[in-house]
Amino acid sequence: MTGAKASEGGRVSGVRNLRAMPDRVRDGWAGASNPVRWSVYLALIVFAVILPADFIGNFMSPESDWSTLLFFPIGGYILLALGLNVVVGQAGLLDLGYVAFFAIGGYTMAILGKNLGWNFWEILVVGVVIAAISGVILGAPTLRLRGDYLAIVTLGFGEIIRITARNTDAIGGPNGISGIPHPPSLSEWTIPDVQPFTFLGLGDLTPFTYGALDMRPYYYLMLAAIVVAIVFVNRLNNSRVGRAWMAVREDEDAAELMGVPTFKFKLAAFAIGASIGGVAGVVYGSQATSIIPANFPFIVSAILLAAVVLGGSGNMPGVMLGAFLVAWLPERFRELQDYRVLFFGFALVLMMALRPEGLLPSRRRKAELAEGTGGMGSMGAEVATPTADPHDVKPEVAK
Amino acid sequence: MLSNFIDQFWPSTIDGLSLGAIYALVALGYTMVYGVLRLINFAHSEIFMIGTFAVVGALEVLGISSPLGTLPLIGLMLLLAVVAGAASGGAAVLLELVAYRPLRKKGASRLAALISAIGASLFLQQFFALVVIPVLFDRPKEGGRLPVQSNDFADPVAIRSLFGLDISDMGLRSDKIIIFVGAILMMVALDQFVSRTRLGRGIRSTSQDPETAVLMGVNIDRVVTVTFALGGAMAGVAAALYMMRFEETQYMVGFLLGIKAFTAAVLGGIGNLRGALVGGLTLGLLEMYGSSIFGAEWRDVVAFTILVLVLMFRPTGILGESLQRARA
Repeated sequence: MTGAKASEGGRVSGVRNLRAMPDRVRDGWAGASNPVRWSVYLALIVFAVILPADFIGNFMSPESDWSTLLFFPIGGYILLALGLNVVVGQAGLLDLGYVAFFAIGGYTMAILGKNLGWNFWEILVVGVVIAAISGVILGAPTLRLRGDYLAIVTLGFGEIIRITARNTDAIGGPNGISGIPHPPSLSEWTIPDVQPFTFLGLGDLTPFTYGALDMRPYYYLMLAAIVVAIVFVNRLNNSRVGRAWMAVREDEDAAELMGVPTFKFKLAAFAIGASIGGVAGVVYGSQATSIIPANFPFIVSAILLAAVVLGGSGNMPGVMLGAFLVAWLPERFRELQDYRVLFFGFALVLMMALRPEGLLPSRRRKAELAEGTGGMGSMGAEVATPTADPHDVKPEVAK
Repeated sequence: MLSNFIDQFWPSTIDGLSLGAIYALVALGYTMVYGVLRLINFAHSEIFMIGTFAVVGALEVLGISSPLGTLPLIGLMLLLAVVAGAASGGAAVLLELVAYRPLRKKGASRLAALISAIGASLFLQQFFALVVIPVLFDRPKEGGRLPVQSNDFADPVAIRSLFGLDISDMGLRSDKIIIFVGAILMMVALDQFVSRTRLGRGIRSTSQDPETAVLMGVNIDRVVTVTFALGGAMAGVAAALYMMRFEETQYMVGFLLGIKAFTAAVLGGIGNLRGALVGGLTLGLLEMYGSSIFGAEWRDVVAFTILVLVLMFRPTGILGESLQRARA
């Protein structure tokens, strides 16, 4: 009896140790000194730079071109998921129409680049501004709504954008826009084909020349955008803005009472999320050379949401992991391609039942979910608190 | 544009009413579940989709392959409504058991429940596209995403004159009348059930105040199951009526219709059964008028714009929410 109990206790503490792993890493990270942090950052960036190398690609994607995959969907989804994470994970606003901002970025690139002949760098700036403005236009009237109502309105907005693009002949209707120019080359500089660059697959690479054949320069462009987004969002999170988002997510009424201008900060979250989506759209459009409305269906919004939730809503490394898995798994296992959405749906249901905080949750988020509200209130017909469950109460009432 | 609207006024009114009646029936499922659980049952559109496939299957089994006249058609519709209602209602109960009940027991957040609902919706769509349709209709796997035609079973009769008046350009047809009347009858029956029976009282009390309902001896699990079964059955009946009109379905058939039905539920006042009727008919009419003014390709944009406008200016809907609680 006691033996069984002890072994059970041992098993539980073993599981706890495993579960506490991310926490310990996080504690270590919080106490790390600056030189340690910067060397980790440097190592991560070096890793990202040599990621397109053949010896990694052969394993990660034996069937299709690895650097193409790294650019899109993997890089693109990671950038989009980071943007969606600002809205869903940080501010707790459920957005089911996020793909609209991706589309707006893509169409900005296409229209300004092809019809007006602007170059990529100018469009990038304008695209960010346009996407942010469209985020404000969507947000201003609708952000007074909460939770699931907001979700449906954003879903409607995403569909309005796509159908409008399909029905507007001036931007190509259902055929979209093709012949979008590539970004102008920054420099013709070529990495010399000597060791160790040859081994790392970087020999003869022109990282700043954007042609039609080599996808790696585009991947580096996306990588730069991702790094900038990470730094930007991280700085925001650790500022007054981030704390305000957290307060809004936890309890909007309390935040408002404490003097947080909740509406302003929600709008800011929407605009920032939208502008990151816009960047992803502009970069994607510059490589894809053609864009059609069918590139931006609802399912992309749902998959991105799945990435954020699976990875760990609110935690950037988790979200990036989620986006990577969601983008990479179906490409790696081609036979799964058809079943991808089926699997996502299943994973979402399973995840919500077993581990609603995601694979790599932020610690705060985990605590919120353990309390049982997670920022949106609990369901109706649910008298349950962790201590008093209606199904425990009922028999006593019956007696 | 506007002359189009005037020319098309009567046909769009009649189309709008019959379409709106279907929206209203589907909206009932959203409204009831929202009333009891405060949850947008995102997978309700797939419950509707399952109903349409039940109709296709039932027609196959019954061996009906030629259009029926009006009277036998009404009899057949009753049968199909029962079959599709049972299939959809059963599927809805199963959905609740698998996707929502575990979360309810854990007291999970509504965000988690909504994401679980989205997951269930995606899963059901793909499950039909990849497994059910290819197996059921003996198609190669790639064919699962193509539309499925049902046997031709309805032969609508155009009604050209009424009380001696010539109404031939109004586009009144027997099938549209059956849809409208059938939907209204179902809604009256549901309204009576909820307001007069014991179980209906349980549903109402749970949506008003779950804590007190439990203390008064209401079995919440049973109430939730009944709510899903009734909402699902209404979607099944809607599916039968839909199939009579269009005779074609596919795995995504519920997606747009579901969002519009939810719009209808919000438009009428979510949680309010009569509001679903008012909202459905209003949405159907506005959509048809909108498409006669701006052109049919803008129909969905009109519906979504109405959704956004309603939520902006009157989020409690036309008849108001019957829920007393603030929306959190």
